[in-house]
Amino acid sequence: MAGALRAQEFALKAQVMDASDVRRALTRIAHEIVERNKGTEDLVLVGIRTRGAPLAERLAAAIASFEGGDLPSGALDVTMYRDDVALRGPRGIESTTIPVDIDGRIVVLVDDVLYTGRTIRAAFDAVLDLGRPRATCLAVLVDRGHREFPIRADFVGKNLPTAADEVVKVHLDEIDGEDAVLIGKWRPVGDEKR
Amino acid sequence: MIKHLLSMDQLDRDQIDTILETAQSLRQVTDRRMKKLPTLRGRTVCNLFYEASTRTRISFEVAAKRLSADVINFTADAKSSVAKGESLKDTAWTLEAMGVDVIVLRHWASGAAQQLSEWVAASVVNAGDGQHEHPTQALLDLYSMREHFKDLEGLKVAIVGDILHSRVARSNVKGLVTMGAEVVLVGPPTLVPKLPGADVQPDFDSVIGEVDVCYLLRVQKERQADQFFPTNREYAAMWGLNARRAARMKPHALIMHPGPMNRGVEIAADVSESPKSIIVEQVANGVAVRMSLLYLMLGSENGEGMQ
Repeated sequence: MAGALRAQEFALKAQVMDASDVRRALTRIAHEIVERNKGTEDLVLVGIRTRGAPLAERLAAAIASFEGGDLPSGALDVTMYRDDVALRGPRGIESTTIPVDIDGRIVVLVDDVLYTGRTIRAAFDAVLDLGRPRATCLAVLVDRGHREFPIRADFVGKNLPTAADEVVKVHLDEIDGEDAVLIGKWRPVGDEKR
Repeated sequence: MIKHLLSMDQLDRDQIDTILETAQSLRQVTDRRMKKLPTLRGRTVCNLFYEASTRTRISFEVAAKRLSADVINFTADAKSSVAKGESLKDTAWTLEAMGVDVIVLRHWASGAAQQLSEWVAASVVNAGDGQHEHPTQALLDLYSMREHFKDLEGLKVAIVGDILHSRVARSNVKGLVTMGAEVVLVGPPTLVPKLPGADVQPDFDSVIGEVDVCYLLRVQKERQADQFFPTNREYAAMWGLNARRAARMKPHALIMHPGPMNRGVEIAADVSESPKSIIVEQVANGVAVRMSLLYLMLGSENGEGMQ
């Protein structure tokens, strides 16, 4: 990616969730969302690209399977709202697709990993540019801590204590061909020890 | 990505793809209620125009404002410091001293943008320099074609008219050749030079039935005195797109024009408003493409980002 930097690769430390764990966590979150909101009325699930998008779809499908009806779900690209565009350099942007007007609805933001909270802050701005939801809440598959903003998740698949230099990777079938949550570190390519 | 955009020569196929794909994502922002993105807050874009222009200047202005950048418009006219004899270099230094991040330059001299980029620390975007290039026009034209034909590889495009004096033609030929399209240049032999990668065909009628895109250039009235062709009527008869020629085009083929049009000369009035014409789309797409370019150029602090 960053041309001048030395290439890095992911050195796996442990797998913390497998496909069944991911499935169970999402099933539980789906039930919690419905329970907390006393039904599905006015709910819209909005996945933050990239990996929040398929998670939002899965949650919408899960909720529809036990509550009936059809829950709207969409995808949000927050790249243009990030506070680090100038630091990280421009990145490719994808489309934002939300099939309904969010005015007056309850928006459930969905992401794979909650870390510093900066992505979620950007997502708030992006959502508010699309309309005025009645309420916004947050569902994440993994909360790894190390917040830099006072932001918390309402629904968490797994709380995962991590060190700041560790990397949490979520793999999803739709994008990566498998469901898994991995923890490890970046190391320079060819640097086998550690 | 790139620090300056001076010529289509600078861009390879991947870079053009990135600009067009980013533009596609930004295009949807222009259709929503809230049309602004916060991305370039605190950045300043200066439109420095030494030649008349409506759509290009406004298009850049709208693009910059949609990304929340501040915009300064400087037109070198009788009321400006240029009328007092200020040089391009001094004008640019003045603007730079006021903290401008991008200078969008339209100038009557070929090579002006290149020259300016050597003088200033700001990024320079060539918005048309003499008879040389107009790269953002080419990018928005490529974008508009891709909206209709997914892939530009193998697309057959006729560019018709005064190729010799046209910066639009020069930039478009380069861009189209880079993207793998086939380009044929059509027009009065006095006005059709050989350009790398493009064929030349003096007879409009023999190509009109074969092309996917018929791109008409403006007959530049200011060249009329030089007698490259006898009269507007003769031009219209030989190289104008009239209803008779338009009827021979392939069913899916498109009509394009960079504007402003001389109706009745290079294009008949009814043809310019036919379903094949995407002239209005071109203008709308121009904003998204320029937003994409400004984002990719300014999004990183050092202008070297973009993965």
